[in-house]
Amino acid sequence: MSWISNTFSSSIGRKIIMSVTGLFLCSFLVVHLVGNLQLFKDDNGVAFNAYSEFMGHNPIIRTIEWVLVLGFGFHIYQGLALAAKNRAARGSNYVSDHIEQNSKWYSRSMALLGSIVLFFLVVHLYNFLGSLRFMDVPRDANGNEDAYGLVVQAFRNPFYVVLYVVAQVALCYHLLHGFQSAFQTLGLNHRKYTPAIKALGFGFSIIVCALFAAMPVYFFFFKS
Amino acid sequence: MAGSNPNAKPMNLTLKVWRQKNRAAKGGIVEYKVKDISPDMSFLEMLDVLNEDLLRKGDEPVAFDHDCREGICGSCNLFINGRAHGPEKGTTTCQLHMRKFSDGDTITIEPWRANAFPVNKDLSVDRSAFDRIIQAGGYVSVNTGGAPDGNEIPIPKEIADRAFEAATCIGCGACVASCKNASAMLFVSAKVSQLALLPQGNVERKARVENMVAQMDKEGFGACTNIGSCAAECPVGISLENIAILNREFLAAKATSNNLV
Ligand code: HEM
Ligand code: SF4
Ligand code: FES
Repeated sequence: MSWISNTFSSSIGRKIIMSVTGLFLCSFLVVHLVGNLQLFKDDNGVAFNAYSEFMGHNPIIRTIEWVLVLGFGFHIYQGLALAAKNRAARGSNYVSDHIEQNSKWYSRSMALLGSIVLFFLVVHLYNFLGSLRFMDVPRDANGNEDAYGLVVQAFRNPFYVVLYVVAQVALCYHLLHGFQSAFQTLGLNHRKYTPAIKALGFGFSIIVCALFAAMPVYFFFFKS
Repeated sequence: MAGSNPNAKPMNLTLKVWRQKNRAAKGGIVEYKVKDISPDMSFLEMLDVLNEDLLRKGDEPVAFDHDCREGICGSCNLFINGRAHGPEKGTTTCQLHMRKFSDGDTITIEPWRANAFPVNKDLSVDRSAFDRIIQAGGYVSVNTGGAPDGNEIPIPKEIADRAFEAATCIGCGACVASCKNASAMLFVSAKVSQLALLPQGNVERKARVENMVAQMDKEGFGACTNIGSCAAECPVGISLENIAILNREFLAAKATSNNLV
């Protein structure tokens, strides 16, 4: 094996992949959130549809989209593979185990929390991206595909609203551990900066996930 | 006895002990009663009492590892009531005293559990995987001489202190035992950062971290997910900062060493 494949198949190398893709996905969350905040505008979706039309057809965005697909792909594959490997490394379980006394539950549940997010992701892509890319969506007054209308329609369904909120709670806990963990994995642990990274990660997880979760709730109660 | 408390009442305890004949055998919990345990005894002395009882009855004594009984050798590895070295913070099993328990308690005692640490017998596990990791690079090959020669190399006090902190790792394996992933990263990171911080360790710096991590993976330890159980249970308080140092050392070595594989 070459030194490159050797590096990235080692335990630390695989963790580096997790942390780099994880932080990249965090940056995606910011972009996605900022764009989607236009859903709260009371303009019947004019601004949101224009934005959505741009995101769907701009060649640069469409190229970056593939990087995003790869980022998710590596993160999900490596995350699940590592979780299986780590479980096997332990072998048998303790008869009496009080691991809850020395660590936080969500730090031990990254694969479970990630899998909830993954399930959500599949439903989410089917709900919106699937329709926008593969179906004929009615157009709004400006001739843009009425993505806003799809959102209104989807969140009439209380099942979707609950799923979306649960997924954001899962993502929030995933990031409460994951954000600061990614810096530690990259070796970026320093007495001066680590407290700030931890505080930033805490704020990031709560604010980003709360705003995402607010969207289905807002549509269910005020727009349906 | 000096320092003993004359008012301390002897205790009667129920022990649930993992018994396993050998590596291949399937083990299980066996219940024992021990009587008149002095609160001044160490946990290992309590087990000595159990074993004397068992010998008197003609039963097989419980196998467990121990050596120095003063907290420095790292062999007394017991998983007690769901925690490595017991529920007390910053202590080895030999330094855990029975006064931390109460009369009538039931105590569960198990061996370290990790694929890389197979159970030899009962509570005794094979930790030679750690030895092989050390053999892969946890040393300096140059002769650094005696203490006066050592002092010829000026090392800032702050660096010396940090290296010493890392050097206090006694190789007990509590980090592996308490980790959900059976990861040995805290142990390896302590060894790597101790030597990386010192000029004597600089010569073999890159090869050391590459070889030690390769051996760690080969032994079948899991990958760290930064949960932190290890540092919380480490009897000498090795911190997670060392794992960040290990990851930095590893990345830097992989990116810049002349090793093409
Ligand atoms: C937008 C979605 C997601 C974001 C922003 C995200 C972010 C992160 C971050 C920052 C980490 C920490 C990496 C580290 O400790 O070095 C992480 C770890 C992890 N993620 Fe995700 N993640 C997402 C989705 C998922 C999904 C869909 C899965 C699939 C099952 C998943 C599984 C995992 C696992 C298992 C870990 C722990 C890996 C380890 O520490 O070894 N994540 N994630
Ligand atoms: S790092 Fe701590 S818990 Fe791990 S082997 Fe060293 S002393 Fe034991
Ligand atoms: S017997 Fe040596 S550390 Fe406990």
